[in-house]
Amino acid sequence: MTTATAGATPAPATPGTGHTRAAGGSVLDLPWVRFAVRRAGGLVLALALLVTVTFLIVPLIPGDPARAVAGSSATPQAVATIRADLGLDRPLPQRFVEYVGGLARGDLGTSFRYRVPVSEVVATRLPYTVQLAVPAIALVLLLAIPLGMAVGVLTRGGRRRPLDVAFGTVVGTVAAVPPYVLGTLLVVTFAIGLKLLPPGGAQTPASLVLPILALALGPACAVARVVRAETSSVLEQEFLRTARGRRLPPGWLYLRHALPNLLTSVLTLTGLVLTSLLGGTVVIENVFSYPGLGTEIVQAIVSKDYPVIQGIILCVGALALLVNLLVDVVLGIVDPRSLTGGHHGG
Amino acid sequence: MAVDTALLAEAALRGPAPRRAWWRSPSLLAGGMVLLVLVAVGVLAPLLLSGPAGTLTGDANLSPGGSHWLGTDPFGRDVLARALVATRLTLVMATAATALSFVAGVALGAGALLAPPRIRQVVLRVVDAAVAFPSLVLALVIAAVLGAGAGSAVVAIGLAGVPGFARLTYNLAQGVATRDFVTTAHLLGVPGPRVLTRHVLPNVSGPLLVLLTSSFALSLLEISGLSFVGLGVQSPQYDWGRLLNEALPSIYTSPWLVLAPSLMLVLAGVGAMLAGDGVARIVDPRQAHGTPAGRSGRTTRRKAEPEAAPADDAVLVVDGLVVEAAGRRLVDDVSFRVRPGEVVGLVGESGSGKSTIAMAVARLLADGLVAEARTLRLRDLDLLGRPPARRLATELGIVFQDPSATFNPALRLGSQLTEVLRVHLGRSRAAARDAVVAALTEIKVTEPARRLRQHPHELSGGMLQRASIAAALTTGPALLIADEPTTALDVTVQAEVLRQLRRLQREHGTAVLFISHDIGVVGALCDTVLVLRDGRVVDRTTGAALRAGEANHPWTAALLAARPGARRNEETA
Repeated sequence: MTTATAGATPAPATPGTGHTRAAGGSVLDLPWVRFAVRRAGGLVLALALLVTVTFLIVPLIPGDPARAVAGSSATPQAVATIRADLGLDRPLPQRFVEYVGGLARGDLGTSFRYRVPVSEVVATRLPYTVQLAVPAIALVLLLAIPLGMAVGVLTRGGRRRPLDVAFGTVVGTVAAVPPYVLGTLLVVTFAIGLKLLPPGGAQTPASLVLPILALALGPACAVARVVRAETSSVLEQEFLRTARGRRLPPGWLYLRHALPNLLTSVLTLTGLVLTSLLGGTVVIENVFSYPGLGTEIVQAIVSKDYPVIQGIILCVGALALLVNLLVDVVLGIVDPRSLTGGHHGG
Repeated sequence: MAVDTALLAEAALRGPAPRRAWWRSPSLLAGGMVLLVLVAVGVLAPLLLSGPAGTLTGDANLSPGGSHWLGTDPFGRDVLARALVATRLTLVMATAATALSFVAGVALGAGALLAPPRIRQVVLRVVDAAVAFPSLVLALVIAAVLGAGAGSAVVAIGLAGVPGFARLTYNLAQGVATRDFVTTAHLLGVPGPRVLTRHVLPNVSGPLLVLLTSSFALSLLEISGLSFVGLGVQSPQYDWGRLLNEALPSIYTSPWLVLAPSLMLVLAGVGAMLAGDGVARIVDPRQAHGTPAGRSGRTTRRKAEPEAAPADDAVLVVDGLVVEAAGRRLVDDVSFRVRPGEVVGLVGESGSGKSTIAMAVARLLADGLVAEARTLRLRDLDLLGRPPARRLATELGIVFQDPSATFNPALRLGSQLTEVLRVHLGRSRAAARDAVVAALTEIKVTEPARRLRQHPHELSGGMLQRASIAAALTTGPALLIADEPTTALDVTVQAEVLRQLRRLQREHGTAVLFISHDIGVVGALCDTVLVLRDGRVVDRTTGAALRAGEANHPWTAALLAARPGARRNEETA
């Protein structure tokens, strides 16, 4: 962490440095510490919101939740059992304290359907979703940034109009197609038509290819558009003329001088795109009958297995927070100004 | 599809933008057309096609062709007809969900603005936290509470969109609320809610419209997504998502079933995307990339066969330089020489072409500018040909105008200032750093080693400019081009930077091409001075003559007289 060591060097108050620093230089003044403090506050609040919302799912069910779970044909006795199971016989604040206490111990409750701890259900499903989401996120970044930059460089200053138009059309169209339609069309083409890849399941690595593509292509195109637009505007900045004045080779010029300046705004949007990609996994898993959290939560909602619903929403929500945090950390490394400033790196 | 509401608000608050007429936007026209067709289908199809879409027939599982363009389903119903009939339900649900997001979000955002500060903080924190989660997760929570069904899907997707609208409304309204006309309305005693509806909301309607368009598209696709996984519309009702859901189990035996609903979803998605783009460009034309017309060919070319290179010792020879942009002449037949150790000044008002000359010499002309000359030569290096990058980088040092814009904000000073040494002279990182540290010490930058680890925003403009002069001299260039190096600095800093530039120039014996609009600075610093006007050299004089206040040409005299302090000198004299 060279940034931290650079910042840690005691700074005598040199006039005219334009760098204000509180006298004494407490730990709280280091950019990464300030970042961590500010970010931790937001994270705690978001987690509290997540826990509260998942807790409220059961009390908010219209009518009698126990009756809703048991079904209309259940005996009063069965309904009473479920009421006790859900803790509906106890007052709301007490239930909330118990719920939070259970979460702190890693106890997410017991599934109505499987009669096993929800933590087990989540633990068996989570790896499948992660193994879909992580490569998809990587693919989005690996596709979008080079593609967007290459087109931005090639079309700079109004060059190659046809390429510009073609790029805008193709990328705009793919970005507008929802992932589940893309997934369905991919299955029809590559699994059924060309018989190249398995249409679903998670038996072989090959069966991951189509779901990952379906998840990643749309977001990749959305990000690529932004990268392209940002590349065009960064290439017109004065500091790029300075770099050209040093007659740097093109690779050096674009990767070292343009790329870090794109990343600030691109990553800010990428955070949004990637969290919505997580939401997309829920739907996409159903296209491919893929045994992840997404297929599980849909079945749980249909069969009113509330502890499982709560557990999976907590899990996906926490993943989204993790992605946001990672994006902010990468942003801080790429553009140190974002550590101290607001959301958009000043 | 994701919209960064904070950026959207920022764009709108940068100030009034010239709005483009809606009919000038082809993407809005195309997108609007697609959406209109879909609305027409939504209105008409259920009236005209309910027969083929709903009647069970014996023509089960027919593949596309004949009287059934896209085939039939297992109950003998026409697939295309069903997809067209489903348009109404899909559009109605998407519209309802968007309306819910919009009304609740705007109310929440505006309410937060009017609420007491403590409540406002709580609301904003919660909204910010909610924006961090995928909207589909929030939608699943609501679907879990309300159970599966069309109504609950609409409520779920609608509520999931609330935080986005709330955040945008609040950011926009707060930005507008601090502007003058709102403060005035407050002072005049106009009540708060009235200020909001009469003065604030009309000014924020543009970005809200952008979000509304993209939110409609997103709602449509997400509600269909819920129906697709089985949580939305339930049989016997059907929307596009439900049709896709029903087609999926038989995708092997009758893959054509997915075609019609997929096509409709793609059509709606693309139409909404085009319309959204169009609206965004009308509201904020800066989002459209208006780039100059394409150009081709080299930017610097030879006008005629060069005269035989004279055996003189000139560092820089410029002969018959012309720079044009789209037929307009920015620099017209300019010729001059810079001899070893000489400081040549180009002086003139802004637009006189002085910086363009410097950039033509440095081969850094902006896109669209084309330079021609009979001779353009740096020592023995022909600048009209393809000079090797290494020689250009090391023999031509450049100091640019505004240090806050010409330094790369994302890179440490060290990596920027050592680049030429590392890339072109093959110095190691450590050796290059030592050379730059020595140069910075020479130009009196304090703590040079620490400066190199800092980013440009941590240093003052004067220090950055001294650093770039020092770094430019580390390669021992034949010529240093200084393009208005002190214009962006305040006067006291300016004097110090110029003093150091002059001192180093004398010590190193470097020839300098110095560009400035300030004839006083040019007079003080330069040996030879060219006075420019409208791209032409109107006078050639010396620094000594300017310092003595002598001017042969009326324009030079006018520039001298216009100098701040000139009048005061006359009065005291």
